[in-house]
Amino acid sequence: MPLFGSEKTKNSLDSLWIKCNNCNEIIYKKEVEKNLKVCPKCNYHFRLSAKEWIDILIDRDTFHELWSNIEAVDPLDFKDRSRYRDKLKETQKLTGISDAVVTGYGTINELFLNIGIFDFNFMGGSMGSVVGEKITRLIEKAAEEGSNLLIVTSSGGARMQEGIFSLIQMAKTNTAMSRLAGSSALYISLLTDPTTGGVAASFASIADIIIAEPKALIGFAGPRVISDTIGQKLPDGFQRAEFLLEHGMIDMVIDRKVIKKTIAQIIKLLGNTQKRL
Amino acid sequence: MIHQPLDFEKPICELEKKIEEFKQLSASEGIDLSDEISRLEKKVRKLQEETFSNLNAWKIVQISRHPERPYTYDYLYLMFDEFIEIHGDRRFKDDTAIVAGVGMLDGNRVVLIGEQKGRGSKERAARNFGMPGPEGYRKAMRAMDIAQKFNMPVVTLIDTPGAYPGIGAEERGQAEAISASILKLAGLRVPTIGCIIGEGNSGGALAIGLVDRMFILEYAVYSVISPEGCASILWKDQSKAPQAAEALKLTAADLKKAGIIDEVLKEPPGGAHNDFKSMAQTIKNALIGSIGALRSVSIDELVKDRYSKYRGIGQFRETGG
Repeated sequence: MPLFGSEKTKNSLDSLWIKCNNCNEIIYKKEVEKNLKVCPKCNYHFRLSAKEWIDILIDRDTFHELWSNIEAVDPLDFKDRSRYRDKLKETQKLTGISDAVVTGYGTINELFLNIGIFDFNFMGGSMGSVVGEKITRLIEKAAEEGSNLLIVTSSGGARMQEGIFSLIQMAKTNTAMSRLAGSSALYISLLTDPTTGGVAASFASIADIIIAEPKALIGFAGPRVISDTIGQKLPDGFQRAEFLLEHGMIDMVIDRKVIKKTIAQIIKLLGNTQKRL
Repeated sequence: MIHQPLDFEKPICELEKKIEEFKQLSASEGIDLSDEISRLEKKVRKLQEETFSNLNAWKIVQISRHPERPYTYDYLYLMFDEFIEIHGDRRFKDDTAIVAGVGMLDGNRVVLIGEQKGRGSKERAARNFGMPGPEGYRKAMRAMDIAQKFNMPVVTLIDTPGAYPGIGAEERGQAEAISASILKLAGLRVPTIGCIIGEGNSGGALAIGLVDRMFILEYAVYSVISPEGCASILWKDQSKAPQAAEALKLTAADLKKAGIIDEVLKEPPGGAHNDFKSMAQTIKNALIGSIGALRSVSIDELVKDRYSKYRGIGQFRETGG
């Protein structure tokens, strides 16, 4: 099973050894790869690209991508230290994807699934107009068909470079969610490291079933903003998946090696098992 | 008269003080200074006009946060004939950064939900500087339920630096509360009208900002992030906030152009803080007009229109492929 995309991403492992972000152990890269990019020492789940997620979750050769032809424009003509439109082009080239979410459908253990996957490599998985539009279309498709929906998030939140348009994507996606809520479609949210800001505060937090990966950072505000605001060090494990489980915000924390099985099981119990590709 | 002027308001403030002195002098000494006074009044108006016709985004941000700017409570007292405030989220506490209740607005029963910053250091701290936690948004949702049950339009007044980034807020599901509030507004089967009266920052503003009609005051702002936050992330330097304010296109005029806002409400000369009463009257008229217009549409149509409105927001390119 090809776990890693052929394109080189910023986070691609280009040496033999890799340092774990969590336990700081130096680990043999091949060992991490064999382990679905999970640290064999501390069970830290490394971030995956959208392509890697498709390889893990979706049955081989069943994935059909939708709306990859939707691309960002630069509505504010935004410039900080560089131009937004240049950053877009550069990131597209680097990641091989058109924007921060890949959407489509396929099967998971032969069960039909609409899927949207955020790619943190694309400007921190930020949500601008393109992400909002693709997620909205996916929600509408699932609502209309009464078919299963899975959104895998990894996002720092709204894309500042699109200003108010980004903020309103939270309203847009949740408006679609209000339609989904009135349908029979099952919606599963899989929160991976990190899921914060405008994505956490919209569709990611209102699923029928919410799953998180071990130790994933999940919250509204980023930890640095919080510690700057309150002037205190944050408690250990704060805003991690296990913390959210304890506080009643999510349904389960699931290891990557059983995630496919778990999602398929949830679909069997709650979802549409009739729909075919 | 303004007591805590912004830097660019100071020359105006000085003149106003002088006028006040002359008036007092004239009254106490019985001297006729009316020519001098009217000359100064003309000068003030001209200076005010000049200053306020050339405001850059950063100056507008300053006005939107002006410590003397009217807040939700001020408008509430000036606009409503009667008002009953509700308290608490029935789960954890009463978050007073959000004010909610039922009132009578020119013969219309209305549910009001507004963010409240608080005036003076003590009240500001008590209201957490207008930064609601999850309890605030859950109280807002209670108010929305009341509106739907008793078939009353919802009016939201937006004025927040953002939702509160704190430990307790995260523990109790800040993200979920904001999302649930947005979701509820999306499906609410009564007319909803919003007005940004000061600063409307990020999810903290949007949580009560998905509405059928959105107004903004002339010198209010609405943004995905505060200019300071944006500057510190994208410029890695908080002192670049004025540049960020410009780049974010967060002023009323920019937002109207972008189609995010239905109407910009003109502020009195020198800004809303110079004349609470006339500002309140302007907002009141706008609200009453919208209630009438939205009431004339069937609820099914209204919810459908709301769907199309938000469905259509966003700018992208769809190529042939």
